[in-house]
Amino acid sequence: MSAHVLAFAESRGGELRRAALEAITAARRIADARGGQVHAILFGAPGIGAHAAALGAHGADRVLVVEHAGFAHNNPEAVAATIAAKMSGYGAFVATASATGKDVAPRVAATLQVPMAADATAFEVKGEAITVTHPGYTGKILQSLTLTASPAILSVRAGAYLPVANAKAGEVEAMAPVADPAASRVRVTETAAGNTAKLDLGEAPVIVSGGRGLKEAANFSLVEALAAAFGNAAVGATRAVTDDGWRPHADQIGQTGRLVSPDLYIACGISGAIQHLAGMRTAKTIVAINKDKEAPIFKVADYGVVGDVLEILPVLTEAVRRAKAS
Amino acid sequence: MKIAVCIKRVPDMDVRFKIAPSGTAVDETGLKFDISDFDGYAVEAALQIKEKLNAGEVVVISLGGDVVQETLRKAMSMGADRAVQLKADGTHVDSFAIASALAAELKDGGYDLIMFGRMSIDTAHGVTGAIVAELLGLPCVNAISKLEFDGRTAKMRRELEGAYELVECALPAVVTIDEGIARPRYPSLKGIMAAKKKPLESKPAQLPAARLSLDALALPPERAAGRIIGEGTAAVPELVRLLKEEAKVL
Ligand SMILES: Cc1cc2nc3c(=O)[nH]c(=O)nc-3n(C[C@H](O)[C@H](O)[C@H](O)COP(=O)(O)OP(=O)(O)OC[C@H]3O[C@@H](n4cnc5c(N)ncnc54)[C@H](O)[C@@H]3O)c2cc1C
Ligand SMILES: Nc1ncnc2c1ncn2[C@@H]1O[C@H](COP(=O)(O)O)[C@@H](O)[C@H]1O
Repeated sequence: MSAHVLAFAESRGGELRRAALEAITAARRIADARGGQVHAILFGAPGIGAHAAALGAHGADRVLVVEHAGFAHNNPEAVAATIAAKMSGYGAFVATASATGKDVAPRVAATLQVPMAADATAFEVKGEAITVTHPGYTGKILQSLTLTASPAILSVRAGAYLPVANAKAGEVEAMAPVADPAASRVRVTETAAGNTAKLDLGEAPVIVSGGRGLKEAANFSLVEALAAAFGNAAVGATRAVTDDGWRPHADQIGQTGRLVSPDLYIACGISGAIQHLAGMRTAKTIVAINKDKEAPIFKVADYGVVGDVLEILPVLTEAVRRAKAS
Repeated sequence: MKIAVCIKRVPDMDVRFKIAPSGTAVDETGLKFDISDFDGYAVEAALQIKEKLNAGEVVVISLGGDVVQETLRKAMSMGADRAVQLKADGTHVDSFAIASALAAELKDGGYDLIMFGRMSIDTAHGVTGAIVAELLGLPCVNAISKLEFDGRTAKMRRELEGAYELVECALPAVVTIDEGIARPRYPSLKGIMAAKKKPLESKPAQLPAARLSLDALALPPERAAGRIIGEGTAAVPELVRLLKEEAKVL
């Protein structure tokens, strides 16, 4: 078994995603335990190779650059086929379990006829085997699973392995796709921004989330203002709110939405239904603002404030702005 | 259109789980079971396609012990035409093995569309649909929140982080369903009666040896009990102080 590890360097629209650096961080753990190298594989339209240096700076010994006009959009078929064909030189493949990573990794595993360990929040290399921790049952049960197949195909939860500066050679190797991207059976006709937030929910250290307690869509401007005061915050929502079309479905946090683990989660006018808690209960610090002191959200909130969210948010926003400025 | 929907039986999540003495299973005492969330959306989406076209067949498939027959009946009471149980006792966590068994059943079924949930709500791997597609050599679109047809072309919307994609693909194809596509209907009394007479075939699952094993289950550390720090805008200064000095997030 090769000690080298291949990491999926995810990009979108010509830009690297943080998921790329996280995959490299995780891949380094395996390669360092086995005395191997980490190679990052980067797909994109011509020009994407300019990002190779950033991958090298975060732990990639080598960067395989696969440029093709057909990779301007997601093309999981051609991407997975190319990765699978390259895997003979590697003992493991690591992707971040983002929307794109989740799409690619199982295809690689299936092409190679091996199982995979999905969405690990932690893992341990035990010789040829890898034991992962994977939260299931809406985060209520941690599963410890051991993968014995070779190569080991792994996806790690976004945010579990943060990017670290770790300068390596980052030697560039240009590569042609193994499958013609233009021949993929699934065609992307359009990629569009779904929400206006600059920071993605999965990447933001702070999430300010709103529920039905905000009373109407327009009041989300108060949530946006608090997020802006933090400067490093994204805006989330409950299903009650996405159902009513106040916010896009992509912003929904919970059992059937996004699973997030920010440093700080501020729940504004959110009751704390079990399905919502399933998506955010692993946040490091939880703040809840709700006018009902019996609301279940207060059971998980480190800091609860009882009161009208419409009155409290502007005052809190101002206080945060001042704290940030000082 | 002939549609297959793979459905998994999972416990209701609205409980405090206990781990069985074996350490590798959930204590099922008192738990209620149902179709996994996203699989329920998939069943509903399949039924709506059939109703719209006023033709075709919806077949539901589940791998598991005899208990899954109840889950399959529920899907038939919603309107699925027939069901297949791939009989396998015990717990199975190797998605490649499960996908292999599902693929073996689906291979010669002549399906135009094969539907999965984007992830099961208990083991939550989110990989089975894509693996089945690959094993069958079919195109696959993961985590779709919209599905329409233009003849034999499926037009779909996929949610990405902070963005979405519109994609197209010719049938036959595999899709995995995200929320947003359809809310599952409740079975009518008539549906429940009709389901009793619908065909449910049971056959052994062709499961290859597992190479992903479950070592142990654990409960995550409990969150410290929440505390209310005050009321109204008067509580804001204290909140900001705590965020700065105690939580160190400001
Ligand atoms: C299968 C399934 C899956 C689901 N998946 C999800 C999911 O992924 N994510 C999700 O979020 N939900 C999900 N739900 C829905 C979930 O059960 C709840 O219905 C939802 O989370 C409630 O949203 P909410 O807290 O915004 O609204 P509500 O429950 O209506 O709560 C509103 C809260 O606002 C408070 N409030 C009202 N006015 C004010 C005010 N002026 N100031 C301060 N507080 C105020 C109220 O006291 C109340 O606590 C799912 C449900 C099902 C059945
Ligand atoms: N035992 C099973 N029987 C039938 N379908 C299943 C089974 N396990 C998983 N699936 C299907 O695969 C999807 C994804 O499951 P998973 O990869 O385990 O998250 C589920 O939503 C189901 O559609």
